[in-house]
Order: sequence, then structure tokens, then C-alpha cells
Amino acid sequence: MRAQDEANIVACIPSLRRYARGLTANRERADDLVQDTLERAWSRFSLWQKRGELRAWIFGIMHNQFVDQLRAQRSRPEDSAGDDLPEQSARATQADRLEVRDLDRLLQRLPPDQREVLLLVSVEELSYQEVAISLGVPIGTVMSRLSRARERLSAVMEDREVAGRLQRVK
Amino acid sequence: MTDNTPHSVPGTGSPITEADLHAWVDQQLSLPRRAEVDAYLAAHPDARLRVEQWKQQNRLLREWLAPVMSEPVPIRMPLQAERRAIPWRGLAAGVAIAVASASIAWMARGQVDTRSAKAVFTAQADTMPLFARQAAVAHAVYSPDARRPVEIGGDQEQALVTWLTKRLGAEVKAPGLHALGYELVGGRLLPGDSGPVAQFMYGAADGQRLTLYITRQGAGPEASFRYGQEGKVNQFYWVDKNFGYAVSGEVDRNELMRVSQEVYRQLDN
Repeated sequence: MRAQDEANIVACIPSLRRYARGLTANRERADDLVQDTLERAWSRFSLWQKRGELRAWIFGIMHNQFVDQLRAQRSRPEDSAGDDLPEQSARATQADRLEVRDLDRLLQRLPPDQREVLLLVSVEELSYQEVAISLGVPIGTVMSRLSRARERLSAVMEDREVAGRLQRVK
Repeated sequence: MTDNTPHSVPGTGSPITEADLHAWVDQQLSLPRRAEVDAYLAAHPDARLRVEQWKQQNRLLREWLAPVMSEPVPIRMPLQAERRAIPWRGLAAGVAIAVASASIAWMARGQVDTRSAKAVFTAQADTMPLFARQAAVAHAVYSPDARRPVEIGGDQEQALVTWLTKRLGAEVKAPGLHALGYELVGGRLLPGDSGPVAQFMYGAADGQRLTLYITRQGAGPEASFRYGQEGKVNQFYWVDKNFGYAVSGEVDRNELMRVSQEVYRQLDN
């Protein structure tokens, strides 16, 4: 492996961590995901052979790892009980950054496949084509997931605003 | 992107679809199509409201996750393939590695401006230690490279530093030279005579570039600041705690001294 290829993969790490954080909203689990992804990427690098965008390829590996992780969680439901996101005292302090602060919780209310598309498009700024390649789905599926994700996020954000207003009224 | 515009995002002239609105928000439209959607949005306030909402979501999501980018990369992350095909292992095992062979390795890896490398060779002083001469060559080779002067950019400083630290097997830091007018452009890994070597590159607003070359040195005497000149490249180098350092640049001696002292001060801590 050339040093340049190695450097290109290393340079993806901050984005991979950011994406994983968005997917899981849990630092430990996100870094587990990144670590698994990197291990797989290093061992499979020779198979990649520049058949396309490195980022799409590596985000694709993370997608597979994420799906595996979800499957493993579902088969051990007792484990997930304890590591649910803490019901933060977000509502107690209705500060200005409320919007950003409990975004992690709101995002987790989206189905995983919609969350993936939304994050890849809006935060990682992948093209729709790259997202389709990463997730191994047709581009039409990317568009419909994106549409539903945005609709859903708008809905939960609106709910929260209503909840916030009620809280203030009390 | 225009080459393989997804079929869900229709081309110019066709009616505006929801896919167009998403692509408008995500900046994935061709310019002509973008203009069409602009016109559509101007005439449809309800659609305008929706896209503004989506844009707001994008902004919030980015803002929420932005801090992750500058977090240090956890040490457990594997930063290279399993150790088997590392070119400089072979190099290090070789008999005597002359500057020439190291430079051939660089050339083999591409991106070499042979003329500037040669200019450095011919002007070489025999008194300089090998690492300082290699540093000058590396400076001459990479600093004029407009396309790819570094392997990892300064915007990924944490990833860069963690990577180089792992590869050199000792803590490597990129000194901050902002106060002196130099920003970190990035860095790369190079083959040296005793294993991998780190090169950091800094740039000033006027385009002037400096490089800091860091190599592990076998147990040997520490050496204080020395000044050297290789063609147009001026250099200060020293050995401290089993590391050899060289600061190279095509700036005058006083300016280079100022930078080198700052580098020394920061790395000595």
C-alpha cells in the first residue's frame, strides 16, 4: 500500500467518527463502529483498487458494520435497555442552543436507514450517487429515504417545540 | 455530477419535482436547473418554506456534529494495514542508504520535481549530517508542489499527528507557528535511513513554504543548532533526545532562525 493511499484512509477518520456519532449518538458505540470499519478497510484495501470514490467505499464498509451492529443489538434486547440515551435534562434549561442540544435524541427517532441517508447527504455532503453506492441501493431509494427523513425530522422537531412551549407555560 | 445525474433528479426543461427541491438544498443541481428551481421557489412560497426548513436541518446537523472533527483520534484506531508490505522496512534493512537511493524511492512514489532535487544534490555540503541533507531534498521536492504538497492536510491535524506518531513510534507534534505568520499546510510520511520520517509543511500568506523534518536518530550526541545552506534552501538542524530536526525554507537566515527557535522551544517541552 502506498503511503498516499494510507494517508487518504487516515484522512477519512474524522468524518467517519462524525458520521458514526450521528448514527449512534453514543461516543463509545460510534468509535467501535469506526474501529471495525477501519480494520475491515485496511484488510480489504487491496480489493478496492480504485474502482471509484474512496469515501463512498469506506462509508459503504461502515454501513455494513452498522447493519451488523443493529442486528446484534436486536438479538440481545436486554443489553440495549441500559444503554438507552439518557433522558437529558434538556427541558430543564430552555437555553438558546436547545435546537442543537437535543438533536441527537430527535435524530435517533428516525429509522436507521433514513438516518444514514440524511447524515451522508447533509453532513458528509456525499452526492446522491455516492450515497447510493455506499448503501448499495438504487438512487430512487436514496431520494425517498431522504424525503421521509426530512419530513420526519421536521415533525419531531415541531413536537419538541410544542412540548417546549407547554413547559414554559407551566 | 452532471455526468451521471440521477434519473430521479430530472433534467433541464422538465417540471420541478420534489427530488429537485432536495437537490437544490444539497447543492447537487446543475447551474441551469438550479436557476429553474430558483424561479419556481420564487413563485411558490409553500415550497420555499419547505426547502428553508430542510436547509435549517442541514445546518443544525452540521453544527451539532462539527466538534467531533477536531477531537483527537482515539489511540485504539488502526491507522495502517497489518505490517507486511511496508516499503521502508526493506529500505532500512538495506546496507547503506545514500541520499540518492532515498530520493529514488521518492521518485518511485511520484510527484518529484527532479530538477530541484538535482539542484540540491549538486550544492551539497559534506559536513551536514545525512538527515539534514535528506530534509533539504525533501523540502526541495515537496514545497513547490502545488497540487499535492502534503498527504494529509492541516485541517485534519489530529488525524495527521496521530498517524505520524504511530508510524514513527514516538510522539510527534506539529508546532503551532501561527503567531509567526505560518499556518500548517499538512504533513507526509517519508522513507528515511532509520525508518519513517515525518515532514510538516507550513505556509505563509505570501506563499512562502517552510518544512519541518523529524526523524528518529540512534543514540548519539545531541547537537545544538547548526546552520546549513543547500542551493536556495536555508536550513537549521539539531539533534535532541534521539530525534533529528531540520527546518528548511527559502527565506533568509534571520527569519529561519526565528522560526527554528520557536519550533525548538515548543518541541522541547
